[in-house]
Amino acid sequence: MGIVLFDGVAYGMLLFLIAVGLSITLGLMNFVNLAHGAFAMAGGYAAAVAMNRYGWSFFPALALSFVVAALVGGLLELLLYRRLYRSHPLDQVLLSIGLVFVSIASFTYFFGPSMQPFTLPPLLTGQVALAGMEVGRYRLFLVVCGVVVLGGLLLLLNKTRFGAMVRAAVDNQRVARGTGIPVQRLFFATFVLGCGLAGLGGALSLGMLGLEPTFPLKYLVLFLIVVCVGGAGTVVGPFVAALVVGVVDVAGKYYLPEAGAFLIYVFMVVTLLLRPHGLIPRKGL
Amino acid sequence: MKAPRFLAALSLIGMACAAPALANDAVRVGMIATYSGPYADYGRQFDAGVALYLKESGGLLGGRKAEIIRKDTGGPAPDASKRIAQELIVRDKVQFLTGLDFSPNAYAIAPLVTQAKIPTLVMNASSSAITTSSPYIARVSFTVQQVSDPMARWMLRNGINEAYTVVADYASGTDAHGAFEKAFTAGGGRIVGSVRTPMNNPDFSAYVQRIKDAKPKAVFFFFPSGVMPPAFLKVWKERGMAEAGIQLFATGEATDDSYMDVTGDVAKDLMTSHHYSYDHASAKNRKFVADFEKEFGTKMRPSYFAVAAYDAMAAMDQALKKTGGNAGGDAVMAALKGLQLESPRGPIEIDAQTRDIVQTVYIRKAELKNGKWVNVEIDKVERVKDPAKESK
Repeated sequence: MGIVLFDGVAYGMLLFLIAVGLSITLGLMNFVNLAHGAFAMAGGYAAAVAMNRYGWSFFPALALSFVVAALVGGLLELLLYRRLYRSHPLDQVLLSIGLVFVSIASFTYFFGPSMQPFTLPPLLTGQVALAGMEVGRYRLFLVVCGVVVLGGLLLLLNKTRFGAMVRAAVDNQRVARGTGIPVQRLFFATFVLGCGLAGLGGALSLGMLGLEPTFPLKYLVLFLIVVCVGGAGTVVGPFVAALVVGVVDVAGKYYLPEAGAFLIYVFMVVTLLLRPHGLIPRKGL
Repeated sequence: MKAPRFLAALSLIGMACAAPALANDAVRVGMIATYSGPYADYGRQFDAGVALYLKESGGLLGGRKAEIIRKDTGGPAPDASKRIAQELIVRDKVQFLTGLDFSPNAYAIAPLVTQAKIPTLVMNASSSAITTSSPYIARVSFTVQQVSDPMARWMLRNGINEAYTVVADYASGTDAHGAFEKAFTAGGGRIVGSVRTPMNNPDFSAYVQRIKDAKPKAVFFFFPSGVMPPAFLKVWKERGMAEAGIQLFATGEATDDSYMDVTGDVAKDLMTSHHYSYDHASAKNRKFVADFEKEFGTKMRPSYFAVAAYDAMAAMDQALKKTGGNAGGDAVMAALKGLQLESPRGPIEIDAQTRDIVQTVYIRKAELKNGKWVNVEIDKVERVKDPAKESK
């Protein structure tokens, strides 16, 4: 029981780490960014290539993944995303899903269609005894990362000037602009942050998910579930949702393997019927 | 000035169109495979195998010049395969069809090749009934049952009489489970539990934990080669399953040579059953691997895909030699039946009754050898036929 719960939490943390950036772009900025997984993939590849070709160790590679995904995100924001902030969501969907296909094709071209090799550093392999259970070190590391990222984001959005400005700009752009808040630059920074977090999540997922060019499509549903169930535009919402989805998924597979993989969809439908705006909608931030 | 240049261009195009007609003594082979998308590696392996054989034969099949027409399906796409096969038969007038990496694609073209009497050699698709879907289809790859059944027998011979099975929830997974269970229980073994995992399954921790709590002596698993086996093996290693005394067995897809570098040390000591290993110790295979690496470098390792493609070409070559260059469907199929070849994987034969392959299935162990993870063959079962057809 305990170990199943822990595995579920760890898996949920991974989902949270990848999806939290989407909650920022989709929820805070109201941009339907289906290409989120592409930024996660960019970060994952950056880390994998740095480790495999240039012999970096895991932790610097993690930092690199954040930087690379943020840079790519910044570039695309300037070139493409910026033009579509105020257009119809359908245009945003089309642009971002188009980006997904472009990214799949270009990663296949440069890195080949097969998986990237990856080995966890010895520090994160194997198990460690914790509260009477044998838990995976890597999974424990994911949990720690998730909590750190959650804490950092909550501090950033709730306690800093930057966070206050972002919240103001999101609530009412016109008024925010009138009071002298540089909304354009603020959105740029927020978008870059969201993409960087996606990249970090992509690199952290290397030890569990395989990294290949179809990554952004394969896991898109999972990111969307986490953000929809959690309530877009908050940080706590996706956190709670990711934990619940992770635990439901792992527990479902453990106790009811015949129906296991299906349970998270049931869970999603039921949650959205009861709370159409997600578990913790924006007001709850 | 403009008009003559235009005319010259037109006549060039005309000549280009006429060129195939001029080379009408060439053997035209249509190859339906995956060259784009997540499975593009399959097409690359096929191409490499075909190129290697043609290089050895001087570009000839049965003494006639070979012309390969490659078409991309982009993955499992029965509708596209059917349309492509039609195009190849009607417009390109091919004498052979080959390639066919996915079973649905092979099934889709069966009615067409029957109607047009085009001899078809399956290079990979491994669903058992493909060869029964048309009298013009023969197979040089393998069937999932053919490699799962010997693993069960080998385990029983080595004193393992209870097993837990884990398979991916799709047709081949069901095939693997069925063949394994049948052979295992028939030999006195007991299946103590089984689980099917969804195809898109990012985290195996729940399944592995379930197995750990069930404490079976051994586990047999089947996943398609690619992302799933390493993900499963990673969790297996993390949970310390080997230390808990649970032995792990699989089919060769788990340690596919194309992915061995990526899979790495999590596959250490894993026992698998399959028909080809990069490490197979025969002169023919050593030459095959050396030629492959000379031609295509060491970045891509020859896998069972490349070997089957090589063998398909060899089978066409031999069949055409037998018929004296006659590429008629019935003549070629008659020549293919009972054809014996020395393949890089060992001796193979096309069964005269079923047109399916008869081959040696090896039991291998994943080991690090000269800095490379390979499947070292430790035992073998000779002349294995497709058990699914044998039981009928």
